[in-house]
Amino acid sequence: MRRLWGVVAWVAGIVFVFPVIWMVLTSFKQEQAAAGNPPSWVFTPTLAQYEQVFDRNITPFLLNSLMASIFSTIFVVALATPAAYALSLRPVAKWTDTLFFFISTKMMPAVAALLPLYLLVKHLGMLDNIWTMVVLYTSMNLPLAVWMMRSFLLEVPREVLEAGEVDGAGLLTSIRKIILPIVSPGLAATALICFIFAWNEFFLAVNLTATNAGTAPIFLVGFISSEGLFLARLCAAATLVSLPVLIAGWLAQNKLVRGLSMGAVK
Amino acid sequence: MTTLVARQDERTQPPVLPTRGGAKDRWVRRAPLLPALIFALVITQIPFLYTLYLSTLSWNALRPGDKPFVGLDNYVTVLTDTRLRSALVNTVLLTAGAVIFSMILGLLLALLLDRKFLGRSVVRTLLITPFLVMPIAAALLWKHAIFNPAYGLINGIFGGSTDWISSYPKGAVIATLVWQWTPFMMLILLAGLQSQSHEVIEAARVDGANAWQIFRRMTLPHLRQYLELGALLGSIYLVNTFDAIFSITQGGPGTATTNLPYEIYLTTFRKFEYGEASAAGVIVVILTIIVATFALRVISSLFKMEEHR
Repeated sequence: MRRLWGVVAWVAGIVFVFPVIWMVLTSFKQEQAAAGNPPSWVFTPTLAQYEQVFDRNITPFLLNSLMASIFSTIFVVALATPAAYALSLRPVAKWTDTLFFFISTKMMPAVAALLPLYLLVKHLGMLDNIWTMVVLYTSMNLPLAVWMMRSFLLEVPREVLEAGEVDGAGLLTSIRKIILPIVSPGLAATALICFIFAWNEFFLAVNLTATNAGTAPIFLVGFISSEGLFLARLCAAATLVSLPVLIAGWLAQNKLVRGLSMGAVK
Repeated sequence: MTTLVARQDERTQPPVLPTRGGAKDRWVRRAPLLPALIFALVITQIPFLYTLYLSTLSWNALRPGDKPFVGLDNYVTVLTDTRLRSALVNTVLLTAGAVIFSMILGLLLALLLDRKFLGRSVVRTLLITPFLVMPIAAALLWKHAIFNPAYGLINGIFGGSTDWISSYPKGAVIATLVWQWTPFMMLILLAGLQSQSHEVIEAARVDGANAWQIFRRMTLPHLRQYLELGALLGSIYLVNTFDAIFSITQGGPGTATTNLPYEIYLTTFRKFEYGEASAAGVIVVILTIIVATFALRVISSLFKMEEHR
């Protein structure tokens, strides 16, 4: 009986991941083989599609995505960590209201802010500029990071902090010696999740960037044109742009649920 | 924008006149919070105030210079327009469809993963992978590699020549979303299952309860909060679905899959009706506030549990 459930779980896992496997397989095919029906399972793998993708200049798009994701993640962590501290270990008076203000900004649909953002950004001459995306992704991920970091900071035992204070440890010492060692895995998970959301963001990018600051998702959309056979090439590009997040997500998988539920579920 | 920042910054200074210890302490406590709070206020609230203002103008960007104040006219136009109503219905159908199906599948998978078996962590990794694929890449993958009538995987394996996307546009979008969001639901529900007390379940089993009774009477009530949380967080994320619509169906055929985000996008960047798009945006915000109030209630109840621990 136990073995049966294991088999069922394995089958379910493989069925779920199958489209991803298929994407990766197809990316190593020639276009002729990729467009065959019935689908071909045996083929000579080729890197031609990946070469094509790089020939079509995916590199600047990847670099833009990398820049927007990394810088926004740094800013988010730098803003959210002290804020989370002021909402957990040494809370301000109205800390619950503040927490709910942060989460309410996350619930606002981006589409309602699109036009004013577009007009303001255009007015400031910042359209198609990667720093615009850095600022917007920072604000997009800030509530998530505040909530997540707060839930990690709450795990710091108060007794230890108070004992440190009694022993005359200053704020910096207790941050370095007590808080940081405990929350650093949480900090890493928060950063990875912010990175994932920034990397995958499409809606703002497609409306506010073009050729200069276009990110990886924009490359993908511009890439599919109506020129005959393109499936294998599309799969190569899709695999390439998904790879950083797949790696980040696999690394952060134990903390993923906590991040996605804003720290509500451990 | 700059004036607001400057004014808020001044406030971070402790009051100049007699500083009582209490006030100073309050500001010391507030200081680490302020940068994040001010940033969030500026970036999120200014656009919304601006939307409110824009929604009272009759402004089509194709007629520059001419944008008279029209009060609530845009709201009347938008609310009486059948397009918005159909977009609203589509949003509800697509969101509810995706949330319900991913919830059911997620629950089944979570129940499977809650058991011990060989390679459980590998299977969990496999199962979360769809969630990690870039949404726009996933949408294009499903559109071209899976649904395509000529060389898609479904027709390739099962035969036939059904054009899945034009025959079942909503179904195609929902299937893609369900594939991506089932792992999310599974993770939340799995966390719920694993927080169940094993002793209590063992005791029930000793008392002669069968697996179904245990599930019905103990597991499901315990999971309720997690199911609610999953449904609400899922709805908040999925109500904004844009990537899948943009790349799989472009809102079509006709307006069969045009949801609110896509409709507002079209009004803004295809029809250039800035005033109407803003009014529609404000309406979406109001609807979101209604849904979010429920969401916040659920999150606060989890929150209270945490406090009591």
